[in-house]
Amino acid sequence: MHNYTIAELVKGLQSKKFSSVELTQHFLSRINRFNGQYNAVITVTADQALQAAYLADQRLAFGSAPALCGVPLLHKDIFCTKGVRTSCGSKMLDNFIPPYNATVVENFEQAGVVMLGKTNMDEFAMGSSNETSFYGPVKNPWATDCVPGGSSGGSAAAVAARLAPGATATDTGGSIRQPAALCGISGLKPTYGRVSRWGMVAFASSLDQAGPMARTAEDCALLLNCMASFDDKDSTCVDLEIPDYSASLNKPVKGLRIGVPKEYFSEGLHPGTEEAVRKALADLEAQGAELVEISLPNSNLSVPAYYVIAPAEASANLSRFDGVKYGYRCENPKDLQDMYCRTRSEGFGEEVQRRILIGTYCLSAGYYDAYYGKAQQVRQLIEQDFVQAFAKVDLIVGPTCPSPAFKFGSKGDDPVAMYLEDIYTIATNLAGLPGMSVPCGMVEGKPVGLQIIGNYFDEARMLNVAHQFQQVTDWHRLMPEGIS
Amino acid sequence: MNWETVIGLEVHVQLATKTKIFSAASTSFGAEPNTQACAIDLAMPGTLPALNEQAVHYAIMFGLAINAEIGKISIFERKNYFYPDLPKGYQTTQLEKPIVGRGEVAIQLADGSTKSIRIHHAHLEEDAGKSIHEGDLPHGSSGVDLNRAGTPLIEIVSEPDMRNIEEAVAFAKKLHSIVTSIGICDGKMSQGSMRFDVNVSVRPMGSTTLGTRTETKNLNSYKFMEEAIEKEVERQIDLIEDGGTVKQETRLYNGETKVSKAMRSKEEANDYRYFPCPDLLPVIVSDDTIEKLRRALPELPDARQARFVEQYALSKYDAGILSSDANTANFFESVAANASHPKMAANWTMGELSAALNHADLSITESPVSAELLAGMILRIADNSISGKMAKQVFEAMWQGEGNADEIIEAKGLKQVSDNAALEKMVSDVLEVNPAMVEDFIASDENKRKKKLGGFMGQIMKASRGQANPQQVNQILLQKLNELL
Repeated sequence: MHNYTIAELVKGLQSKKFSSVELTQHFLSRINRFNGQYNAVITVTADQALQAAYLADQRLAFGSAPALCGVPLLHKDIFCTKGVRTSCGSKMLDNFIPPYNATVVENFEQAGVVMLGKTNMDEFAMGSSNETSFYGPVKNPWATDCVPGGSSGGSAAAVAARLAPGATATDTGGSIRQPAALCGISGLKPTYGRVSRWGMVAFASSLDQAGPMARTAEDCALLLNCMASFDDKDSTCVDLEIPDYSASLNKPVKGLRIGVPKEYFSEGLHPGTEEAVRKALADLEAQGAELVEISLPNSNLSVPAYYVIAPAEASANLSRFDGVKYGYRCENPKDLQDMYCRTRSEGFGEEVQRRILIGTYCLSAGYYDAYYGKAQQVRQLIEQDFVQAFAKVDLIVGPTCPSPAFKFGSKGDDPVAMYLEDIYTIATNLAGLPGMSVPCGMVEGKPVGLQIIGNYFDEARMLNVAHQFQQVTDWHRLMPEGIS
Repeated sequence: MNWETVIGLEVHVQLATKTKIFSAASTSFGAEPNTQACAIDLAMPGTLPALNEQAVHYAIMFGLAINAEIGKISIFERKNYFYPDLPKGYQTTQLEKPIVGRGEVAIQLADGSTKSIRIHHAHLEEDAGKSIHEGDLPHGSSGVDLNRAGTPLIEIVSEPDMRNIEEAVAFAKKLHSIVTSIGICDGKMSQGSMRFDVNVSVRPMGSTTLGTRTETKNLNSYKFMEEAIEKEVERQIDLIEDGGTVKQETRLYNGETKVSKAMRSKEEANDYRYFPCPDLLPVIVSDDTIEKLRRALPELPDARQARFVEQYALSKYDAGILSSDANTANFFESVAANASHPKMAANWTMGELSAALNHADLSITESPVSAELLAGMILRIADNSISGKMAKQVFEAMWQGEGNADEIIEAKGLKQVSDNAALEKMVSDVLEVNPAMVEDFIASDENKRKKKLGGFMGQIMKASRGQANPQQVNQILLQKLNELL
């Protein structure tokens, strides 16, 4: 059952080939048996899941259930789940049980989706390797001595290891696309404002966006149909008609103009990755798409701009974790200052502290203009690059990340090397554009991701192209060794 | 040397919205701690602010009331600092682009002159919660009450245009009058609905450069404001005259102990690291909205004062007092409409009623004597049914809830005797039984006779158990005594 796609599970549930309870039991037992190898899931909500599955079966029996009713999913532990610990991968929130659901969680719950549990992640979504989690690193199912990517590494590894047919994730600088690429699955970061951020623990508010992870583009479309909603609780949510993302999957790609940014094939790109991506581009061309070389001249500025803006916003967003109201508080503080200092020094990990310090510095009197002000100007330049590119092409396609999954600890001493992992993904967050990653090859036994960047709110076209690509390739069907 | 005082005010005004500026929690005062704080006010992870439109409208109304430029695009920013009663670790406020730009407020001074105080800007922001250091708390710990956290405020920042305490207080009172008149604030100072930060500096008379200022924060009454300014001016002058210099610093004034002390110097000031709040979009106000609000703006205090002089023939002074508070003005107009004796309505509203309310620490909207009741009583004074003195008794009874004026007059048998024949008999009787007093009166000279009249009046009023119409008695008495001369 775990080799079915979500689309196939939906059919099976609706035709009563199996029940949601059976399905849920099957995935719970897989998590139980195999999660120890990957550390992808950090909270399992078995009782709650079975109860939800039972109710889903009843709704299915009535015959008018929503499409995803009865499908089991995992949620990244960044989404608040009512009554279920939401740690955000941090000691700071190890004891935090929200009294409310994130809108994303609520949307799935309303649709009868069964939550199996919560997935591991980099602490407060800050990381590209899942090594910053308080709950220990997640292992890549394709090579357990390698990282799964981050920050949504738990969700990506869980889907790759068939512990769940799909999972929710979030992307601030590549946190959906990079782990999807490294784990050989499909993942989509929607346009900023397409999915509500309510109840999603904030990292960098102007960049954070939630999206789905699954094995196929078709499944991502099904999940996005449910995830996307207008929500007046999130002022940055955009009230724009939400199309049926499944409806246009089968449109032919013939005649589509695909932009290939030359800056994405430069120094630092692994030759194996480049070869796989070039092959994928050729496949798309063979299907009738027109490849157009384009330039995104300010690409090299995206990483530095991001590492000013994201930490600046994070430094304020994480101020609420002060030991006063919820979450971790140090033992026996001797006064207020001591409580603040020790709570935050003991509750936050090293990378989170590093980013709070960077952000605080960038916003300080006398430095604001040189850092935050300048970074915002760069952000506009990057946005302009894309606006000009999309005047000429329908989509932009390139690698998701420079190389396949790397070994644990290999970038641990050099934060900048780690930050460069996101060199191809960060620009879309700065511009607010949607981007996705689909598997397009293998290098050294590890998956390579193809990144598809769309124009604003053009997720349907991205999914269409990704789906068409998956009609002529088998990369998304490959299974890591040792998974039965 | 002669010194000139320079004062600027920053005034925090709590807006009278039902819910908070970024959440749906209630803003009402006095609830049990932390019962009016929702997940957003508690800054729970993942929660987001959603702007209260009413708060924006109220801020715009204030801007219109002081003829200010309205910020068509205003931006919320985060002001970062750690404090236990600041749940998010930042206050959401406005800095670079406030909702209300430059404007001005006219104040009236005791000598009858007026002065214009310039407003630098006014911005929207959220209030913080309260730290609690006493009460039922474990030893050595403090509590936090977040009921107030997220209450919408406008902070009104004046230019340093005031030159003495009188002007500062007049300005503060005028702002109170404006915000209550247009209904954007309940004006309850004791509940913190208006709080003042005063910036004070001194300079040699005639100098045109500003001295170094200090800021005394969080004064919640005119009295404390006066005291704090007086003490600060004195302190600064003493300091300079003793050869010292004033340090730029933030000070706190304790109204109980009458002591002011430095809180932090400029060097110790927080770096608030302001930046635009990414969770909130820029607030864009259309001309249409501004025009709608302008048309619906209630009458402003100055216009009301002028109208009271015109319509009710009140003195400018009385009209000023009555129009300074919207509730008082409404009450007065309601009494005047029901009693059709505006002067008496004004006197009773400003006199007896106001004194009783002060004594009982009630606002005029909580008055046990309604405008209708007061008007009913004034009608009885006007038609001579009761004397002014009796009216005080009637008022007292109405205050105690004993009914309307007519019922009380009936129940207490307070009806004034105005029947001429009956009064003449009363006067004759008193003169008859007091021959010695009459002799004494006749023997006295003109001046003393006037004083002696009071003795007869007392006797007659006593005999009538206070019910005789005093004006009539006075007339009859004079006539009868004159006949005897």
